[in-house]
Amino acid sequence: MTDPIDSPRDPDAERKRIQRSRNRVVGLLLGGFVILVYFISIAKMH
Amino acid sequence: MTMQATVQPLPAEWRDFFALTKPRVMSLVIFTGLCGLLAAPKTIDPVLGFTAILCIAIGAGGAAALNQWWEADIDAGMKRTAGRPLPAGRMDRTSARDFGGLLSAASVFVMGFAISWLAAAILALSIVYYAVVYTIWLKPRTPQNIVIGGGAGAFPPLIGWVAATGDITLMPIVLFAIIFFWTPPHFWALALFVQSDYAKVGIPMMPVVAGEKSTRRQILLYAVLLLPLSMLPWWLGETGAVYGVSAAVLSGLFLLLSIRVGLRVRQPEGDRMKPEKQLFAFSIIYLFALFAALVADHWLIGQGAQP
Repeated sequence: MTDPIDSPRDPDAERKRIQRSRNRVVGLLLGGFVILVYFISIAKMH
Repeated sequence: MTMQATVQPLPAEWRDFFALTKPRVMSLVIFTGLCGLLAAPKTIDPVLGFTAILCIAIGAGGAAALNQWWEADIDAGMKRTAGRPLPAGRMDRTSARDFGGLLSAASVFVMGFAISWLAAAILALSIVYYAVVYTIWLKPRTPQNIVIGGGAGAFPPLIGWVAATGDITLMPIVLFAIIFFWTPPHFWALALFVQSDYAKVGIPMMPVVAGEKSTRRQILLYAVLLLPLSMLPWWLGETGAVYGVSAAVLSGLFLLLSIRVGLRVRQPEGDRMKPEKQLFAFSIIYLFALFAALVADHWLIGQGAQP
């Protein structure tokens, strides 16, 4: 039996993990940008 | 017939994209940009001020990514930079180029729409200056690369000031000049103790081309020029004594450390380059402290901040 710690990671699973974490960061950045644009619009009105 | 398995490389982690922006350099860029904005004689809405600093930071990150895209082969040959995402093989060059281009363009457009197109134009100029004039043109060609290229790092306080006031006056140009004259001794102190790396990859850094003696003399020359230049805002009446005294003390210490480096001859064997490392470390503290004193002086004395 192979110890799961010693066995190399499945490339597909690794690819999915990286893509998920990248998508999460891009989502956060886009959300932050939308909030920023909202506040800029309010600040520019004053 | 043989079946060949094609192994697709893994996509780069988001951390590698973040590393491309040179976060440590960015911290100094954010700080000096913020100081330019806070020391300006006009105040800016906090949201717009935050946006201006964010654009300066993102623009600097974009320029850094473009720099690493262009210099991937050079970085691979130097111990200090071999672990970066591109030379380490954790990212492909196209991704780095596209990422750098996207960040640069986004920072300029947001700055233009949200703050002012003058600030956006200076930000665009600083990105082109670093990514094209310094990285592509000067760095591989002349040992004066860091002198002229130092201008790229001198833009943030100028942009911060222009974002707050909307125009260019003498004071932000003096702040630009302070960083411009600070860069050569800062960078050449580093180049003195990593010169074998630069020589290996064929970058004509001053110690490699002109020799150590000439580099040490030039470090001293720039430190001498930096002393009166750093005190110019006080002499011009733009700041009070808090800044004036801080600038005199900090620039005096900078000059003392530079004298140690400037008049020194390296030991033929086993020289640990301690004075050079001390000067490099102090040069970073110097710039942080000098700009912090500028803002502290502005707030303590309250020199004419207008809404």
